[in-house]
Amino acid sequence: MSIALVIMITGALVGASCAIVGTFLVLRRMSMMGDAISHSVLLGIVAVFFFTGSRSPILAVLGAGAVGLLTVSLVELIYRTGRVKEDAAIGLVFPALFSIGVILVSRFPSAVHIDVDHVLYGEITFVAFDRLTLFGVDAGYRSFWLLGAMTIVNALFVLLFFKELKLATFDRGFAAALGFAPTVIHYALMALVSATTVVAFDSVGAILVVAMLIVPAAAAYLLTDRLLVMLGLAVAIGSGSAIGGYWLARWIDGSIAAAMAVVAGVVFVACFLFAPRHGLVARYVQLFTVRRAFARSLLLSHLRLHPGGVSMETIGERFLWSRRMTSNVVTAAVQDGLVTDSPARRLTLTKLGSVQAQQVPGH
Amino acid sequence: MSTVQTSDLGVIPATLVESQRRRSAAPTGDETVATGPPPVEIRDLTVAYHERPVLWDVDLTVRPGKLTAIVGPNGAGKSTLIKAALGLVPVAAGWVKIFGEPFAEQRRLVAYIPQRGSVDWDFPTDALDVVTMGRYGTLGWFRRPGKRERQIAMDKLRQVGMADFARRQISELSGGQQQRVFLARALAQEADLYFMDEPFAGVDATTERAIVELLQELRSQGKTVVAVHHDLNTVDDYFDDVALLNVRLVAYGPVDDVFTHANLHATYGGRIGFLSGGPAETSAAVAD
Amino acid sequence: MMMVELGVSSPLAAVVAVLGLEWSYTLRNVVAGAAVLGVVGGVLGSFATLRRQSLLGDTLAHAALPGVCIAYIITGSRESLPLMIGAGLSGLVGTLFYLLITRTTRIKDDAGLGIVLSTGFGLGLLLLTYVQNTGGSGQSGLDRFLFGQAASLVRNDVITMSILGAIALATVVLLFKEFKLLSFDPDFAASIGYPTTMLTILITALLIVAVVIGLQAVGVILVVAILIAPASAARQWTDQLSTMLVLSGLFGAVSGAIGAILSSQITDLPTGPAVVLIATTLTAISLLAAPRRGLLWAAISRRRHRQRVQLASILHDLADAAAGEAGAVIPLTDLQAKRGVPGRLMTRQLAMLASRGLVARSINGREGWSLTAAGAEATAEASRRERVWKQYMARQMDLPVDAIHYDATEIERVLPPEALAMIEAELRAEDAAAIGRASDVVAGPPRRPSRPTARPGQAP
Repeated sequence: MSIALVIMITGALVGASCAIVGTFLVLRRMSMMGDAISHSVLLGIVAVFFFTGSRSPILAVLGAGAVGLLTVSLVELIYRTGRVKEDAAIGLVFPALFSIGVILVSRFPSAVHIDVDHVLYGEITFVAFDRLTLFGVDAGYRSFWLLGAMTIVNALFVLLFFKELKLATFDRGFAAALGFAPTVIHYALMALVSATTVVAFDSVGAILVVAMLIVPAAAAYLLTDRLLVMLGLAVAIGSGSAIGGYWLARWIDGSIAAAMAVVAGVVFVACFLFAPRHGLVARYVQLFTVRRAFARSLLLSHLRLHPGGVSMETIGERFLWSRRMTSNVVTAAVQDGLVTDSPARRLTLTKLGSVQAQQVPGH
Repeated sequence: MSTVQTSDLGVIPATLVESQRRRSAAPTGDETVATGPPPVEIRDLTVAYHERPVLWDVDLTVRPGKLTAIVGPNGAGKSTLIKAALGLVPVAAGWVKIFGEPFAEQRRLVAYIPQRGSVDWDFPTDALDVVTMGRYGTLGWFRRPGKRERQIAMDKLRQVGMADFARRQISELSGGQQQRVFLARALAQEADLYFMDEPFAGVDATTERAIVELLQELRSQGKTVVAVHHDLNTVDDYFDDVALLNVRLVAYGPVDDVFTHANLHATYGGRIGFLSGGPAETSAAVAD
Repeated sequence: MMMVELGVSSPLAAVVAVLGLEWSYTLRNVVAGAAVLGVVGGVLGSFATLRRQSLLGDTLAHAALPGVCIAYIITGSRESLPLMIGAGLSGLVGTLFYLLITRTTRIKDDAGLGIVLSTGFGLGLLLLTYVQNTGGSGQSGLDRFLFGQAASLVRNDVITMSILGAIALATVVLLFKEFKLLSFDPDFAASIGYPTTMLTILITALLIVAVVIGLQAVGVILVVAILIAPASAARQWTDQLSTMLVLSGLFGAVSGAIGAILSSQITDLPTGPAVVLIATTLTAISLLAAPRRGLLWAAISRRRHRQRVQLASILHDLADAAAGEAGAVIPLTDLQAKRGVPGRLMTRQLAMLASRGLVARSINGREGWSLTAAGAEATAEASRRERVWKQYMARQMDLPVDAIHYDATEIERVLPPEALAMIEAELRAEDAAAIGRASDVVAGPPRRPSRPTARPGQAP
């Protein structure tokens, strides 16, 4: 298998595993908690290296999972004292934990085996040389096994607890009332976020994981209203961005991990602009239509109150409309046969217009 | 100057309520106040959020020197009406005049009490400081409040019975006490017209009485009060006039005239369909 | 700049001398730079945390990185001013994009912050690696913007930072009143005619300035801590915004200076993490130990309260058992049976009461305790408060949120004086009525209305 292919598959697996849990972070309005976890797991990874000297992925995942949960609990602990607000509590906890991690990395590089660059960019170029040996037999690329397992675990978790997650996400109180233990779900999700971050660490570094957690899910959120579809789209966008990122990085000769984040950002911007219903363009079209309808109802309602007729100028002044806006609204209404423009330049309702004026909003 | 202090909160307002009943029943001589332009004049007011109308074609001229309640179901646009009058939300059509002029030119004559829940009560400041903010409008840019401003603020705190709490951190105040601080801040604005957004929401019985007394006092000084109110039971006791609002203005006038079954039904719609009685039963159905 | 050197060097020079370090040119710059950052970050971070925008600082900082790289690519200069301008502009673009996506679509605040943060940072890193790969590794020295490298600050950097910081602080001093009202009650501010949109833009721009100042010293990733930690620490020590700003600036400067000194003396200790850990430690200490708001004090006061309640109930038990007989000696075993507390604890509590002269011990065959005159008085007073409290609770239920663990002994602190007076008057009237009825029955001479509990020393 070519190096490029290994890197792309690894990146795609990162994108997929992150997007699955990221979808719930975005929906639960906990994106910044994901950011916090992705920073503080560095401490977990480093601490495991530091104390056990082992590079075992299982230990790293356990250590990072523990630190991830520690982050969540510390934030909640601080926030619950009522002395600090929630956003500030997040901003207090993760920089501190991350700082300890960075200091350990910088001070004891030999004990920790990772350097600051690794923290930032990961080492995705090396994944092709990192093969797993099981019982003395070469079992393929280590990253495939790790990330593949993580993706499957995440997918299984989401599919098995789909109903519970959905309920705990959209109506926490109701979920608790039904006995679904939203707190357990919450911590399980946070543990998976931590574990995913650790597994993705080698490929994209600790900090860029957050791009893969949040951005594809947010883009998918703009494309659909259905949770299952959103999950699928997020996975597709995440994997696609990873593959696209590889080519972008090759093209401009930069960090592969950073390029993956950038491509995800570009995809998000595209969705932000052109998503069918929730995109900016679509929203402006809707707004324009609604504004037209609203202006028409204002006009009809006003004419109904003044059966003697009203001049164009009065209407413009009355609704603070520009001359062009007034003319557009009136012309459209005349064309639709709702208003007649008398020779004396006074506007009155037609029969059809009177009927419509009765149905004007307000109720 | 009137010396009616609200510090003797022990007084049960039964007598007050009684006097108020008499006041609203008989045609009063307050009309002498109404020489100038009306305190609030709203014409054809339409406000929309995201092009969805919240207020539609509201016409309202508030009588001077009266306590006016704005009443209506949730989402009826009650707070929006006040915010539109204060220029806090953009207006789609129509206009509001305050004492005959646009609000921007009459700010000094207007005091505003936002909903208590709209601010962070853990903010690092004390009661006196919050009341002093009532003077900021007259202070102008860059200038700091001085002795005079604090003196006025202290007087207003005393007036709402909170003088002993002047240096108390605002998070250590009860809901009722916080509402009184907001009232004192509005008093410190020394205005002629008071807009209050739910002044009675979540306050204790003592504070409710204190606020009622304060409203009475404001009226006795010829001030005008427009307040969003939730409790249909007490509208009759606390206010002279009422505006029934549900996106459109359903009715406006003295409480006794406006509180008819037909008007309430028109305001609250199907939500009071089962009742046959007056407003007392209504509130049970519309309480949120 | 004279000001910088005079302001920072003299006291710190002494500290540095004590630590046995050389007050060198580099160290001076490093400390001055970190201190300037601390002051500005602390002051503007206070407003950000109060306005619940503390994580916006994080997003801003990450979004500033592409600007640094672009400015370097365009100017090819390592001078800090162009890089700072690039950072500021790019942070501004990031903020605007965050506002745009959260205001116009269904994307919520948290996701908006996360998107701008991670994409901005990704773009920054991509440009950074591009610059390094084209211009030779490490040539650009832009790495220092990631984790901060205060040691790389030269005199000109410090002057630039100081000027920017001075402008930001002067704006805050000038518009203190306006910023305060904007942060506390923006609707009210708008109602009295403040241009709230303008003020919001201005305060966000100042936050960008603070972040930009921090980038070189602390780095993109950790600059948020310099905004949040000192402010959160300062908030615990004071309830006045002005004091909070001063304290926050001070904490920020101290963290910055100490972190910078440590990082310059210890090899491989990056400045950013060092500063962050010191600031976080300050915050932790403040959260625990600040008077009144500190969690330790809260725990102590809860303990005291529990003890007070226990002591009061022993007094009540003694009074009950004495049934009005002054100085009646109650056997210790009776008291213990009543309370059901361990013997040792009760003995200790009784000793505590005895040391205050409220109870007296007598050993007459077996151990017994009696109320002294002062003890009886105190018990009566406590019962009165208890009654007022109960009356109040029954009528009002209007308490400050943090008053849940208050009790009758703190009644003056919690209740408005007029409410207290009113309830006491009611209770007096009730008592008078009760006594009136009693005297009707006894047909004795009317007695002076007295407190409900028997007065000490009055044998019936």
